[in-house]
Amino acid sequence: MGILSENISPADAWSGFKGEAWRESVDVRDFIQANYTPYSADSTFLAGATKRTLKLWEDLSVLLKAEREKGVLDVSANRASTITAHDAGYIDQNAELIVGLQTDAPLKRAIMPNGGLRMVENGLEAFGFELDPSVKEVWTKYRKSHNQGIFDVYSPEILAARKSGVITGLPDAYGRGRIIGDYRRVALYGTDALRAFRQKDFHALDNEVFFAHVMRLREELSEQFRALDELREMAAKYGYDISKPATNAREAIQWTYFAYLAAVKEQNGAAMSLGRVSTFLDIYIQRDIDAGLLNEEQAQELIDDMVIKLRIVRFLRTPEYDQLFSGDPTWVTESIGGIGEDGRPLVTKSSFRFLHTLYNLGPAPEPNLTVLWSTKLPTGFKNFCAKVSADTSAIQYENDDLMRPKWGDDYGIACCVSAMRIGKQMQFFGARSNLAKALLYAINGGVDEKSGVAVAKGFEPITGDVLVYDEVMAKFDKMMDWLAATYVKALNTVHYMHDKYAYERIEMALHDRDILRTMACGIAGLSVAADSLSAIKHAKVHVIRNEAGLAVDYRIEGEYPAYGNNDNRADDIAVWLTETFMKKIAAQPYFYRDSMPTQSVLTITSNVVYGKKTGNTPDGRRAGEPFAPGANPMNGRDTKGFVAAGASVAKIPYDSALDGISWTASATPDSLGKTDEERAQNLANCLDGYSAAGGFHVNVNVFNRDTLVDAMDHPELYPQLTVRVSGYAVNFVKLTREQQLDVISRTFHAKM
Amino acid sequence: MDIHNIKDGSPKAAASHHTPFDHGFLHSVESGAAVDGPGMRFVFFMAGCQFRCLYCHNPDTWKLHNGRRITLDDVIAEIKPYAGFLKFAGGVTISGGEPLMQAGFVGEMFRRIKQEFGLHTVLDTQGFLHGNVEDSFFDNVDLVMLDIKHFDPDTYKRLTAQPLQPTLDFAQRLKRLKKPMWLRYVLVPGWTDGAEDIARLADFAADLGDIVKRVEVLPFHQMGTQKWEQLGIEYKLKNYPTPTPESVAQARTIFTDRGLMAV
Repeated sequence: MGILSENISPADAWSGFKGEAWRESVDVRDFIQANYTPYSADSTFLAGATKRTLKLWEDLSVLLKAEREKGVLDVSANRASTITAHDAGYIDQNAELIVGLQTDAPLKRAIMPNGGLRMVENGLEAFGFELDPSVKEVWTKYRKSHNQGIFDVYSPEILAARKSGVITGLPDAYGRGRIIGDYRRVALYGTDALRAFRQKDFHALDNEVFFAHVMRLREELSEQFRALDELREMAAKYGYDISKPATNAREAIQWTYFAYLAAVKEQNGAAMSLGRVSTFLDIYIQRDIDAGLLNEEQAQELIDDMVIKLRIVRFLRTPEYDQLFSGDPTWVTESIGGIGEDGRPLVTKSSFRFLHTLYNLGPAPEPNLTVLWSTKLPTGFKNFCAKVSADTSAIQYENDDLMRPKWGDDYGIACCVSAMRIGKQMQFFGARSNLAKALLYAINGGVDEKSGVAVAKGFEPITGDVLVYDEVMAKFDKMMDWLAATYVKALNTVHYMHDKYAYERIEMALHDRDILRTMACGIAGLSVAADSLSAIKHAKVHVIRNEAGLAVDYRIEGEYPAYGNNDNRADDIAVWLTETFMKKIAAQPYFYRDSMPTQSVLTITSNVVYGKKTGNTPDGRRAGEPFAPGANPMNGRDTKGFVAAGASVAKIPYDSALDGISWTASATPDSLGKTDEERAQNLANCLDGYSAAGGFHVNVNVFNRDTLVDAMDHPELYPQLTVRVSGYAVNFVKLTREQQLDVISRTFHAKM
Repeated sequence: MDIHNIKDGSPKAAASHHTPFDHGFLHSVESGAAVDGPGMRFVFFMAGCQFRCLYCHNPDTWKLHNGRRITLDDVIAEIKPYAGFLKFAGGVTISGGEPLMQAGFVGEMFRRIKQEFGLHTVLDTQGFLHGNVEDSFFDNVDLVMLDIKHFDPDTYKRLTAQPLQPTLDFAQRLKRLKKPMWLRYVLVPGWTDGAEDIARLADFAADLGDIVKRVEVLPFHQMGTQKWEQLGIEYKLKNYPTPTPESVAQARTIFTDRGLMAV
């Protein structure tokens, strides 16, 4: 027995569990593989919500309604949040099976000034709250924030690129997020064992040369050690001793949730994902069921209760942030399903139970339920997923057959589409650069088409009246070099400072000491850039310049093939753009902490903001018009239907976009079939077909346009209407009107 | 071939002569809806129809030469990018227009699609011109969607400008061939919603036996209006009401009462 066994009494906690390796060192995957019970039948075993669950959810619904009206229900503005800053809080202490809130009351938001004080101040002000003067004093006089550190370093070009929007959404004023602690470790081992393990990691470095990176690591390990103590202390406030492993299903869920809760008390990350807990927890649930300690209704009740908690994770954010990421998302992403490396599906009854919460509690955007799809998943599970999609539009799908060869079978999705091995990998979230705007910079020699300011220095504009493809491409190539260099410099700065001033102590305490870090770059405006280049190549694009000689508009003569119609003349350009920009990123001389550069084709909902910041483009798109989200074809240009659009998106190579490629598809119920069973069956078959074609991700929305229009006019009737946007889901009624219109204008695939 | 000359109601005479095998006229394709056969379908809408249904929602497909001339290789090239997907998700449907107007070419399309991709195939037709094709034509067709517009011969004629009998003969022929079929019936208020007419059709369908895998009652809709206007043809059903959900449900019940699966 290894280090762990000194601290626990395995006889109680681990009784009946099989396998060895996970007992010797921290290895949750090994534990899962040795102990889980695959489930291959259908959903008929599931139980509905209990009265207790429904009552709790109804109590909460009153608060949720008040929150929708106010924007923010309440804020704990008198202290900076830490793992232990708040006393225990409850919705209804006597009724809750799984406990723990971010502050001392439900929906009361915490402040986390480590990311940046201004973000906190603006957030408070926007919703009518005031910052406690002592907090302000600390973060102005004595303590520097992540945000300040970054702006001490940024170059004038980075500042200009950031201002113009050719690079946007950088996590330089807010928490970077997209780090998943292996919260399961706390349930399996307890905090004492994890502390001991961390201590061993620390002392293993005692005799190393103290290079800067070794000292940084030792300091971090000490912080992690301390954070584990705080986690134990926080659980104790709720009356639980989590220093030892969980001994039953309820404890396993509670311990796992406490670990996650500590993370969302400490960090206001853009995405605070949960990981891949359902099959892990199923092992405990199944053990209790087998022992006659739990029945199906009770098992479902525990999951329902945990999901209620995950639904009310909140952060204080500013209205500007909300413009970028609409609908107050937290990306509590839980990855469900997938296939093991040994070929056994990782689907258990609890995979169903998590999805079933969408019926028991009604649809909701969070947790962001993500199905790791494979053509090899059991039919019963496939059909259930498809049915849930058709009924709720609340889940997304990602291609396990593409990811498993890269990341194994114990990865989870952070945020929307970013795969990472749980506890063994994290990413430096990099938002994205705007390729459509970069193309305009190529035409205008680095001068911004909206402001007239020279953002990229040292470039010559195109002077001809008709755009010549080869000339545009030559200039665009150089502009992408500039963009990649500026962008990566900005990201190195952001993440250096984030580690320094807003380090994720508890999340990193639940990782291995030595991990893979990726530098997750991203692109926006893929379809606009591809269509613009297609227009230049296949039609004739005339340039219209203003008095200052700046190209501000374009006139297209003739027709051009647009991306999204399974036409290689256009799709090849989109593929080329993705591959080329990735190469230019990878060619940069330095990536902070030896991180591995990757890229995503994902815009979340910032496609609206990117569109606002980008002038007229040569594809005919008007200035200000939203981009298509993620890797979607431009709205309305994918005229050949759902399958052709999906086929185009599936061509974008995952190898050049290892941080994910997002596609959002909306279909009307009628277009999927005549009956509920038929719709589910057809949708499941489509997902198989899309996966087999190499499609990476798809958000599936199934509803009629009329429903959305009605929800705009009568939001009170649709409090739980959930719509999937790029990589996450939102409450439709929480979107701004502009975003609602954008969602409605997105192509609905229905046949006449 | 001039569709306007078909007046005598003799389908054999109508189009059997020279329908070419090597090329055809295509109105359009569509790649993704689950409403034209089982699963997600890749649909070829062939140009040309000798019917003039009052409620037609695709009047732009009436004229053969409004279509784009295509060869069999073009057909294969259209499907190829989707074949892998369709294998999982559905198959290919040839619709129109009336595909049997180009029976020679359409038969070759089915043969090539089966041969090269092994995909599930559907013929969507009103059956009037079935005399154009040999029994072997159906070897490469997995399912026929047969549109019967009305069961009363006179009303049928007024509604479509063609006689009913060939369509009924075709249904009997499919019974003889044991070819699976879906029967489709468009419900137009005041025209096709008479309970007795529907009942007689349902009796007929029930009599065809287990080849009838389902009956689709399709509520008339107004989404074709714009096409009539663009073509400058008078649309007699303009501003016509669409059927209520109750009347659609009632019509379905008439079929299900006879043991048929109706949606």
